[in-house]
Amino acid sequence: MDFLIQRLPLYLDGAWVTIQLTIGGCALAFVLAMFFGIMGTIRHWLPRAISTVYVEVFRGIAALVLMFWMAFALPQLSGFRLDDMFAAILALGLNVGAYGAEVVRSSINAVPKAQVEATVALNLSWFQRMRLVVLPQAWAQMLPTFGNLVIELMKATAVVYLIGVADLTAIAQNMRESTGETVIAFIGAFVLYYLIAQVLIFGMRLLERRANRKLGRTPPRGGGMRLPFKPASAGTTQAGGI
Amino acid sequence: MPPSDTTVNEEPQGVGDGSQDQSLIVFDDVVKRFGDLTVLDDLNFSVAPGERVTLIGPSGSGKTTILRLLMTLEKITEGVIWVGGEPFSHMRRGQGLVHASEGYLRARRKRIGMVFQQFNLFPNMTVRQNIIEAPVHVLGTPKDEANTRAEELLDLVGLGEKIDAHPTQLSGGQQQRVAIARALAMQPEILLLDEVTSALDPELVAGVLDVLREVAETTDITMLCVTHEMSFARDVSHRVLMFDQGRIAEEGPPEQIFGDPREDRTKSFLRSVLDNDF
Repeated sequence: MDFLIQRLPLYLDGAWVTIQLTIGGCALAFVLAMFFGIMGTIRHWLPRAISTVYVEVFRGIAALVLMFWMAFALPQLSGFRLDDMFAAILALGLNVGAYGAEVVRSSINAVPKAQVEATVALNLSWFQRMRLVVLPQAWAQMLPTFGNLVIELMKATAVVYLIGVADLTAIAQNMRESTGETVIAFIGAFVLYYLIAQVLIFGMRLLERRANRKLGRTPPRGGGMRLPFKPASAGTTQAGGI
Repeated sequence: MPPSDTTVNEEPQGVGDGSQDQSLIVFDDVVKRFGDLTVLDDLNFSVAPGERVTLIGPSGSGKTTILRLLMTLEKITEGVIWVGGEPFSHMRRGQGLVHASEGYLRARRKRIGMVFQQFNLFPNMTVRQNIIEAPVHVLGTPKDEANTRAEELLDLVGLGEKIDAHPTQLSGGQQQRVAIARALAMQPEILLLDEVTSALDPELVAGVLDVLREVAETTDITMLCVTHEMSFARDVSHRVLMFDQGRIAEEGPPEQIFGDPREDRTKSFLRSVLDNDF
């Protein structure tokens, strides 16, 4: 235990790098997912084709290989070297964004046709329809899957130590090599990864709840870590709402 | 597909047809097919400004398709629809007519409003937002003005106190009354009503019909109404069109259609719906 407490600052530095990678990767993935996902719902063939190419290419390439390519191959080809951190974020964002684009596309397509017809009857433009009606409704549908992708992305950051970024995994690895305390060194990483994941899950659940409330749906109650601490009766009597 | 001799692009269209008329809406040789199924078969009829027309007939006879064509929710197969003396389903190009572009429709569609069988309120908005968003964004109405108008319209439909409710908190009848207010907020010249009471529980129908009666009495909005409520059709409409298999089987003032139908198809149809009603 002392071992971990003494080295906590190092672990926290590593965790902070992991958090930065996660936030950066998520931000990029979100923008790409929205952009290519919406493009995938346009009736004209050209934007749809571009969207399909993006999704198929980056879904098909392992994030690790993409990262190696950005970090090692790109400098050789272009003579221009990306910051390792930036290369990692780019690779993660491009990869997860491709999955996200499919989620966005299918969520938009799942908005009932009658809703779109109502926007036609009110003479809304395509842009107004997307912004006012389709995306707010599709949003609630996207969030549960987005939650999974966020966690996936966070865990995928663990490979960045292979291109020399000092993330949480890299710190644990160093610790093991320098001290030989294999078991303990990795337990520190376990705990921190788990805590980061819990915070992300909690945040995504808040977003989901808010999205459902906006659609006038009763949000699903409980779940996560709070459920075991609640008396069973409280959960069931309150669940009905009004 | 059978070769057609009335395709818009082949034949020099009578560009004068709809524009000479005083009518607000003209259906000119309109054909609508879904694949091999012909839903509207060479349909001709017109509606005068301020006229209230009810479309009746067995299901599958093409009534709803007429409203959907007018609302541009479906694309016309052949023929032309005119609104206010201008081609509506098509636009002029050179001497002839081509299918209307989205831009052309955007400039004209705001004359028409529609109320749907399933209400189609936006669940992500409150009642107020449902009513004001389109006037604010499409017509450029200032927000204050749109809000005042929304309050007036909700009073008209008897739901003034529900302005900040969510659609899911309302009954079907209340939702439909909000949908009527939403359509009226766009100040359409033409209001299309597509079986607006068919999805409602019986005890909620009267409230919705009362609102529509009030709209009919206090405004000069042109109405096209598909309904199975025969007493409503009799009270409100100037003219009734009886449809059968994509054609007009009989038309006339409501007293004649309901009191003294001439066609056998009309008689048997009325007998079947009136049996269900009473």
